[in-house]
Amino acid sequence: MFRTALRNVLAHKARLLMTVLAVVLGVAFVSGTLVFTDTVGKALSGQSAKSFDGIAVSVTSHGPSRNDEGTKEGEPGISTQTLDKVKALQGVDTVSGRVSGFAGVADPSGKLIGSGWANRGSNFAPVKDGKDPRYAFTEGNGPAKADQIALDKETARRGQYAVGDKVRVASNGLPSEYTLSGVFTTEDGQVNAGGSLVLFDTATAQKLYLAPGFYEELSVSAKPGTTADRLLAEVKPLVGKDATAKTGAELAAEQAKDIERQMDTTNQMLLTFALISLFVGVFLIYNTFTMLVAQRTKELALLRAIGANRGQVKRSVLAEALVVGVVSSAVGLLAGVGLAVGMRSLMDSIGAKIPAGPLVVSPGTIGIAIVIGVLVTLLAAWLPARRTARIAPVAAMGSAHLPATAKSLVLRNSIGGALTLFGLAGILGGALAGKDGKMIIGGGAFLTMIGIIVLLPALSRPVIAALRPALRKAFGVAGKLAAQNAVRNPRRTAVTAASLAIGLTLVTALSVLGVTMGKAVDRMTTDKLKADYKISLSGGFGGLDQSVIGALAKAPGVKAVSPQQAGSLRFGGGKEFSSVSGVEPSTIGSLLNIEVVSGSLDSLGKGQLAVADKTAASQGLKVGSVLKAAFDDDKKGDLVVGAVYKEMDGMLSPYVLDYKLLSQHEEKPYLPEVFVKMDGGPSAKAQQALVDALGKNPAMNIATQQDMRNELGGAINTALNIMYGLLGMALIISVLGVVNTLAMSVYERTQETGMLRAIGLDRGRVKNMIRLEAIVISLFGAVIGVVLGTFIAWAVGQTIKDGVPHYALVVPFDRIAIFMLLAGVVGALAAMWPARSAARLNMLTAIKTE
Amino acid sequence: MTAMNYAPATQAVAARATQLSKVYGQGETQVVALDNVSVDFGQGRFTAIMGPSGSGKSTLMHCVAGLDTFSGGSVRIGDTELGSLKDKQLTQLRRDKIGFIFQAFNLLPTLTALENITLPMDIAGRKPDQQWLDSVIRMVGLSDRLGHRPTQLSGGQQQRVAVARALASRPEIIFGDEPTGNLDSRSGAEVLGFLRNSVREMGQTVVMVTHDPVAASYADRVIFLADGRIVDEMLSPSADGVLDRMKAFDAKGRTS
Repeated sequence: MFRTALRNVLAHKARLLMTVLAVVLGVAFVSGTLVFTDTVGKALSGQSAKSFDGIAVSVTSHGPSRNDEGTKEGEPGISTQTLDKVKALQGVDTVSGRVSGFAGVADPSGKLIGSGWANRGSNFAPVKDGKDPRYAFTEGNGPAKADQIALDKETARRGQYAVGDKVRVASNGLPSEYTLSGVFTTEDGQVNAGGSLVLFDTATAQKLYLAPGFYEELSVSAKPGTTADRLLAEVKPLVGKDATAKTGAELAAEQAKDIERQMDTTNQMLLTFALISLFVGVFLIYNTFTMLVAQRTKELALLRAIGANRGQVKRSVLAEALVVGVVSSAVGLLAGVGLAVGMRSLMDSIGAKIPAGPLVVSPGTIGIAIVIGVLVTLLAAWLPARRTARIAPVAAMGSAHLPATAKSLVLRNSIGGALTLFGLAGILGGALAGKDGKMIIGGGAFLTMIGIIVLLPALSRPVIAALRPALRKAFGVAGKLAAQNAVRNPRRTAVTAASLAIGLTLVTALSVLGVTMGKAVDRMTTDKLKADYKISLSGGFGGLDQSVIGALAKAPGVKAVSPQQAGSLRFGGGKEFSSVSGVEPSTIGSLLNIEVVSGSLDSLGKGQLAVADKTAASQGLKVGSVLKAAFDDDKKGDLVVGAVYKEMDGMLSPYVLDYKLLSQHEEKPYLPEVFVKMDGGPSAKAQQALVDALGKNPAMNIATQQDMRNELGGAINTALNIMYGLLGMALIISVLGVVNTLAMSVYERTQETGMLRAIGLDRGRVKNMIRLEAIVISLFGAVIGVVLGTFIAWAVGQTIKDGVPHYALVVPFDRIAIFMLLAGVVGALAAMWPARSAARLNMLTAIKTE
Repeated sequence: MTAMNYAPATQAVAARATQLSKVYGQGETQVVALDNVSVDFGQGRFTAIMGPSGSGKSTLMHCVAGLDTFSGGSVRIGDTELGSLKDKQLTQLRRDKIGFIFQAFNLLPTLTALENITLPMDIAGRKPDQQWLDSVIRMVGLSDRLGHRPTQLSGGQQQRVAVARALASRPEIIFGDEPTGNLDSRSGAEVLGFLRNSVREMGQTVVMVTHDPVAASYADRVIFLADGRIVDEMLSPSADGVLDRMKAFDAKGRTS
């Protein structure tokens, strides 16, 4: 029987090709993901291991800690004295201390080099003969004086800087000019991934990033003959409890684990989409095998008639699936490796440099790819194979196709109806439950989707019937016949439309949510922001220096300036921190649209506290309430509530104070952003004035309201585009499904088409008829997907709306129209080949074949 | 043997084949399906084409009806010369001037009986002549079956729908390819009766390929084909007469 199966595989190449493609695509996606993440993970951990080369013990400070009473004790970092003590230990060869933070390098025209998120600065820490083992200088030397810096090679090249040139570098305050003392290369992952690195001399870096005389981190190397563990035991007591000491090997292992975890997240996301593709592929494979079996009813009946038993017939179909599964999984695996290589060079080309390393194709990947591919194929072929057992030997003599009975659809519809009802109940219940309903909604959405897919045959008739008059009007006979043909085999139509429906459900749900979030952000900036500009550090990481506030206030044309300082307070003697916004009392009212519920914002100027209405309600506060508060430096005092304002989620913390009051109690106030309003609103001139006031600082990001909207909206759009790309795979598989179904329909209706041609339907309209059928089936799937997706998005929105200020569901009709159009195009494309073969049918053989 | 021209003596001609030949393949595998056939089909006449399997009777009909291409000679339907027509024009010709009744698969299963009957006019985008349509439907006795789909009709009823479809658009000529081949004798007789009535009462022209002498006896004239040539004809045939003639050919075929 296996030989029969093999022969059959070869005999139905064209039809099976679709199945093979579906499995290949899915398996390629899965194995590509695994190979890619393995390869990148291995390269990254190899690199990190290399960066711990020669480090026996590393000590990391976690800054000042708090004791049981919640007050601060300890030092800001690891002191020079501690470093000296470590150095004096017997087994120690070298010790280097490091501090680091943000540092933006300007190119000669004043623009920031690099993307902002990986612009780092650190100290040059020579240990032996004036060399720092981490950096290999290709030109010049490390910085030795306060006005000297060294740059990594790529950054120097991009700024066209040579040793001796003046370079503008900004950390968090105003920019300063330094002289380039040297250019280096390094193993640092961030630098190699496209970031920039500036080296200062140690004293300058300490002043910029921590405090004079303190380090964040010590790297200790051992003399030959001293083990890392022994050294660790000696170092530990010296550094106290404010710092953690670990061996280099431990750290390398930890970092490798971190990388693995990060890669796992990527892995999971990519695999989810890969599995969606495979899931969609199941429908295609199922359909193919159903058709193959139907097409071969006579053949199989003949086998039965000459003595094959049911099991043998069934196994022959499964064996065929096995052959298809194994072959396509193997091809898919190869394609996956290719995909991984492609992904790596794609990442390289967009600037995210991945360290070089060998391609990792683990036995696990091979196993998973093959097992998944074969299992999916066998699973999908299982039902059609089972059906062969029901073929009676006598069918060999009679007519081939038996119409699907209505009875079996009744059972199917009841199951589908029940699933859908349960699912819908879950979604509604979850939506009503609000925040806690996420899991219920998720489960409900999944059930509904399955239910609707089960119901698709029943849904196909009314939905497509609704389209019929329009088709008839626009395309005449071809349209009428197409609409009728589309519902002729509701099961097949349903299976074909299902893959599109699933893909579009996900795409629509994500789009609706994405656009809704984008609009919420828009509304937040337009409704709540009166300021013309927001100034922050490029890349959004790290705080600004306080001097920025004064510099901006002095710029010509500036009407109002207020910082939005982030601080914390502990109330009522507790240990819990509440976040506080520090603002300028005299101007904040003209920069943010704060709705005061009671009291007045002027009270901020008297050192009083403003509280958001929701927080006030939950804490039982009102104007005049007195709160015991402890500041960051553990000073305690009473704060009077002077105003209650309508909550401004995403703009202001639930507590607001004068920033000067907050700053008094903080060693290094954290200032993420400053708001500015100009005379006469935003303009190019106004913006230039701000740039000048900030000393043409490359690290400063001056954003208009539109910029802010674009920034957030851009992130949402990027995420959506990635999703669209990944779900595109599901669409490709649905095209294959439509091709398959139509090819089968054209084959089955050979005689009918011949008759139509004989009585006068021309080739063009025969083509149109097939095309329209494909488009109708695709649109049917798309409509179901869009409706279901919108519904799911609404339900998910219900669960998150409390956390999102200004939430209101936005259905992006323009995008949905594009999806529908795409679905139509999918149908038209898929119909190309079947339509051509239908139009080319030889009328005579078509009519004659019995 | 030189080609004989089989023509009715006086009547106008609905379709005419002149020196028609059809050859399949080349060289040694060459098969001549039609060998210089010339024949006229009279207007308002019921003609049957008979002959043993492989005689070329179906090929002749297909070529004259514009369903198949031919290798040589010419074919006219009314005033139209088929040899010069492209597929599109041929399709239009079939749609507007010819009606077809096949042995099986005459009807679209998705359409009702009435929709099947009006399908050629639907394709042409013409409105059917309601009075004519009613009389055709009445003649074939389908008035109470119009809303049914083909699967709900018996084989005889399905073939009656096919006859009605062929008649409904008032074509210049109707071609039938073994229209009763799949029917029991009673249903077959009904269908043949309708065809004869349409010729006698409505002046329709019908050409039918058959291998059944009884079916041929409904025609006004029978043409006999053997080996791609017309070998004989018979006017006002009877079933027995046709059968005898067929037997004679068979015997000749075996002895020669």
